[in-house]
Amino acid sequence: MSNLAISVEHLSKSYRIAHQANGARYKTLREDLMQMPKRILSRFQRFSSPLSSSETFWALKDISFEVKQGEVVGIIGRNGAGKSTLLKILSRITEPTSGQAKIYGRVGSLLEVGTGFHPELTGRENIFLNGAILGMSRAEIRARFDEIVAFAEIEKFLDTPVKRYSSGMYVRLAFAVAAHLDPEILLVDEVLAVGDAEFQKKCLGKMKDISQGGRTVVFVSHNLAAVSSLCETAIWLAQGKVSSIGLAPAQVANYASHFLSLPTAKKTAGITEEAIEIAHVSLRAPSGELRTSFDQFEPITIHIDVDCKTARPQLRFVIRIRSTGDDTVILETTDWDLGSPVGKNRVGSYGVECSLPENLLSVGTYMLSIGIDEPRGPVHILLENVLSFVVTAAVHAGELSERNTIISPCQKWMLAPYSVDQKNP
Amino acid sequence: MGAINIEEVISLAPEQPRLPTVIIKPTKGWAALNLRELWRYRDLLSILIERDIKLRYKQTALGIVWVVLQPLIAALIFAAIFGRLAKLPSDGMPYLLFVFCGLTAWNYFSQALQRAGNSLVSNAQLVSKIYFPRLLIPLAHTLAVLVDFVVMLLVLFVMMAIYHVAPSIRILALPVFLLLATLTATGVALWFSALGVKYRDFMYALPFLVQVWMYASPVVYPMSLIPARWQLWFALNPATGFIEGFRWSVLGTGAFDQRLLLITIAVSILSFLSGTFFFRRVERSFADVI
Repeated sequence: MSNLAISVEHLSKSYRIAHQANGARYKTLREDLMQMPKRILSRFQRFSSPLSSSETFWALKDISFEVKQGEVVGIIGRNGAGKSTLLKILSRITEPTSGQAKIYGRVGSLLEVGTGFHPELTGRENIFLNGAILGMSRAEIRARFDEIVAFAEIEKFLDTPVKRYSSGMYVRLAFAVAAHLDPEILLVDEVLAVGDAEFQKKCLGKMKDISQGGRTVVFVSHNLAAVSSLCETAIWLAQGKVSSIGLAPAQVANYASHFLSLPTAKKTAGITEEAIEIAHVSLRAPSGELRTSFDQFEPITIHIDVDCKTARPQLRFVIRIRSTGDDTVILETTDWDLGSPVGKNRVGSYGVECSLPENLLSVGTYMLSIGIDEPRGPVHILLENVLSFVVTAAVHAGELSERNTIISPCQKWMLAPYSVDQKNP
Repeated sequence: MGAINIEEVISLAPEQPRLPTVIIKPTKGWAALNLRELWRYRDLLSILIERDIKLRYKQTALGIVWVVLQPLIAALIFAAIFGRLAKLPSDGMPYLLFVFCGLTAWNYFSQALQRAGNSLVSNAQLVSKIYFPRLLIPLAHTLAVLVDFVVMLLVLFVMMAIYHVAPSIRILALPVFLLLATLTATGVALWFSALGVKYRDFMYALPFLVQVWMYASPVVYPMSLIPARWQLWFALNPATGFIEGFRWSVLGTGAFDQRLLLITIAVSILSFLSGTFFFRRVERSFADVI
């Protein structure tokens, strides 16, 4: 095979997790010296109880796959499935424990926006610093300098220390440098999760340009919409193993609909999970049948099963629907909208349903996000893009009703009296 | 359209199995230095050095003056305590000039050692998010201190002019001693920075070591003060060699013998090589433990 870009063969990576009561992260020399006699002793006493309470955790276990040149591959999976570890190995930040990966071509990796940015340095200085850290030479940075500045829209602030930048400017500059990296193989980790909506759109556009420019891209994201629109192929990782490999839209739909009982799926800072857990999410047709594909003229029922441990007077369910193509939020609704909160002070296992009327969404692919929070209180659960579903065109009155609109509710039409005064036009 | 399409010609050529650019697999044991890769990243090294120099005195009113001010005040204090009160000998030189010359060499060494020694931990974010030869970080910090050294050297020349001490031809040997100091500082710093990734203890031990090391080296006193039977042991401290050598080449004082030079060269090369190879051996786990 001469057109390979990446070939991963039986790659594994293990970490030792120490179970320490105080949760100390850094070892001190004293601890290690104190444990040394124990360790030496335990080598002789094979059958004694294990002294160290560490265990081996396999972040990746026997992963094999191939990426062809010019292919754009998405890697999807839950947190902790090994996606980031895989990218870290491919970008040579950390070594695998066993197995190997062959890389054909110059690799650029973007595991974080703005790595190495220094707040005290000016925008100009940071462009050179960050560019060099990402693997560009001085000459290459100089050649693309104007382009980077134009993309980031920071001409006026080039000689201002970046600590005085707004966070938006900072992120724009950081992404601009990374986007003008010109490797044959680009490894990207979740960088589109920053910046405002408009900038995200610009980044996605740039990512599309990059991927259409014949470069090989490996793209890790929780944003399933981005994966299905950017990537041809998707690799689904689960618990450090390849669960399946296939065409991206199919994989994403498959992944999303398997995403059924995941209370810890998406942890974001500040999210509490003790109070309530989501046990199951499903989409149902009026017949009660579980589906991920609906006719335009069918209502869609979103069913959420929750286990609530403590009574919460302010509990609120939020549903958000995004279109897969451009990530626009089509609608957001909560159980508070009509003044009848369903989860108020309710404890135990129960289901919550929300029905979207027929003829609301136009033909397309959508992503469902679910949140459980308390207004002016904690966010309990946030499952972003937990399920994807398709709305298909239906034949109605002999005509296919496919329109290029965001929503397509059927509107009332009727005959009315002629209203203009015929004597005085 | 008579031009030959180059792409077609290439695609018609018999297909060669392409060799992978990189094979990523677990490495074991000692790793080679990989100078070719270091060379490829030379732009990053120079930009990191630039960053370090620019950052150091950003938003300070006195800026580069600090480089001189600190050792100058230290030299005055030493001159008062060790020169006036303790009346330490200074090889026939004015004590202030003698001690400032020693501090110029020592400061370069100790600053290089301390900055580079803490460099990995203070750049943890870089280490865990991007790949590049890790050696560049401590190297950049060591080399950035050269700027401070040059500034101190200029002040030293001014001071020599004030005291009417003219440099001799021996000053041409100065780069040799500078190189020895750099090798030693880099070697020791590589040990400390690599060990500090796992055991933060080394970060706390480093300033203490530097302090003890200064008094164990002929900074505030001349080597001639040491009894002859101890001199050989004393020479094992590479700082002795380059500080004495530095004074010998700039001020023209002291008797710099070949034996001391050879020992210093051997120890500093040993320090550099052991530090480098130890660093290369453990660097593969940096991203996991930092």
